[in-house]
Amino acid sequence: MPDYQTYRRLLDRTMVVLCGLAALFAAIPLVSLLAYVLFQGFHRLDWTFLTSLPTPVGVAGGGMANAILGTVTLVLVASCVGLPIGILAGIYLSEYGKKNKFAWSVRFTADVLSGVPSIVTGIVAYTLIVKPMHNFSALAGGVALGFMMIPITTRTTEELVKMVPHSIREASWALGVSQWRTILSIVIRTAKNGILTGVLLSIARIAGETAPLLFTAFNNQFWPKGVNEPTASLTVQVFTYAISPFKDWQDQAWTGALVLLILVLAINGTAKLFFKNPREMLR
Amino acid sequence: MSLPLEVSNSGRAEKALPLFLRLTQAGFGDRLFKKITALFAFLILFLAGLTAFTLWRASIPCIQKMGWSFLNTGDWDPVREMFGSVPFVYGTIVSSFLALLIATPFGLGISLFLTELAPKKMREPVAFLVETLAAIPSVVYGLWGIFLLAPFMRVHVDPILIKSGLPIFKGPSTGLSLFTAGVILSIMILPTITAISREVFEAVPNSYRESAKALGATSWETIQLAVMKPSKVGILGAVMLALGRALGETMAVTMVIGNKPEVSGNLLDPSHSMASVIANEFSEAVGDIHISALAEIGLLLMTITLVLNIVAHLLVWATTSKFQR
Repeated sequence: MPDYQTYRRLLDRTMVVLCGLAALFAAIPLVSLLAYVLFQGFHRLDWTFLTSLPTPVGVAGGGMANAILGTVTLVLVASCVGLPIGILAGIYLSEYGKKNKFAWSVRFTADVLSGVPSIVTGIVAYTLIVKPMHNFSALAGGVALGFMMIPITTRTTEELVKMVPHSIREASWALGVSQWRTILSIVIRTAKNGILTGVLLSIARIAGETAPLLFTAFNNQFWPKGVNEPTASLTVQVFTYAISPFKDWQDQAWTGALVLLILVLAINGTAKLFFKNPREMLR
Repeated sequence: MSLPLEVSNSGRAEKALPLFLRLTQAGFGDRLFKKITALFAFLILFLAGLTAFTLWRASIPCIQKMGWSFLNTGDWDPVREMFGSVPFVYGTIVSSFLALLIATPFGLGISLFLTELAPKKMREPVAFLVETLAAIPSVVYGLWGIFLLAPFMRVHVDPILIKSGLPIFKGPSTGLSLFTAGVILSIMILPTITAISREVFEAVPNSYRESAKALGATSWETIQLAVMKPSKVGILGAVMLALGRALGETMAVTMVIGNKPEVSGNLLDPSHSMASVIANEFSEAVGDIHISALAEIGLLLMTITLVLNIVAHLLVWATTSKFQR
């Protein structure tokens, strides 16, 4: 049946082309988004924008300096909460949790926790911190973001530490080094860059979060005086300006989005640069 | 001379030693270190429990006031203290399924292209492109959605859909609609579907593909028989994980869905979602019961995503580990 053979060949060609087109199609929103943010945001991006406080509607100038500082503060607080727990739990899973039920349940819970919507984490931080303390604060926002960091860093640390070949652990034990010293000064050191990559990726992810900050860190038009005050962040500021009816604020939202994008993509890029496979480091 | 290992490792002999000597024993540091890391691992379980418990506690006032009518009525009026979640659940589910409908064929196409078809040189750039899509913050998607996607839909896409005469597309449209929310969500979940289905496809052993090729199968037939078929369950898992992400996505949806709590069969009508009502109303809630109602919506949202995630992870694990044996 020559017809059937042609059909087969045609179907094959069509499907292969369609798969390629799917990849091409995915580029359209990406290119459109990046180009538009750059196009709309670039003309206001100057020193004033990066170093001055927001101005009321109608007053020229104004920037997002406090929001940039706020984002940095929030990331720092989140790192203090999220990184120790994430990294140590990751070490436990890879070094002691090969085959036990507790480790299995921790691993599974971490995977499931990373799927919890970020806005829900926001409600939890609101109930646990904002409500008892009676005010919005960078602390509450940072804790919400830190909660989100924990499952991500746990799983990446575990994967990376697992990649360290078993032979170097054995070499260290054979020299009479105890297990915990081996983990700290041999295994972790080998996996250092990988862990750092995971940490940076999780920072990039939480720096772009808005939802959990809306009612934890809230917003602020002035310089923050401490972690116990409402704090502006780039993301919340972009959101507030984007849904405002004022042309000037909408313009600033684009510039804010541009700064945010540069920040997030730069952290992502740095993370990729740092990454070295622990297995290859030993060769 | 230090004590022999056997003695130091047996608990009895150790208890007899004073504390300062025990600290110097071989193995003490090991056990301490293990316990410390185990404690931090336990914190993850604790955190999960804390999240669930806190949400439940926060929603008690609303559960007591509204009872089951919270789940089966659609009246949302904070001033009269009437809370029904139906419009939000409807908006969330419809927009997420729309997103899946659009993103699944594209996502699978891309990951097949990456694992099976593309020349080696093209794989890296395409994978980079998809990863960048995943790295863009959702508020930036939302901004792009308000000012570019929504007007584009209103002017170019929606009129065509309205002309098609289908009852689910009725004009006039403002661009801010359930449908636009679905489109923006589909772009956002594309990386999830691509990354996970790619992982699943890569787990399929090469011998499967070689056997199919040896029987004279074309590339597409090889994909169908030797790649897609054995990873069916894993694909389902990838789709479900993406669905989980779509359900919980907040900012982009809030900015394009129109924020109107109504159940409407018309996809071009403005709507509302569970995450967007929390984002919109939480910080300016009119009273304790309003906050509690929003927390209950959060609880509902978490329960749905939790069940979905648990099943999805089990499915992905089942397929990827099947080939590792």
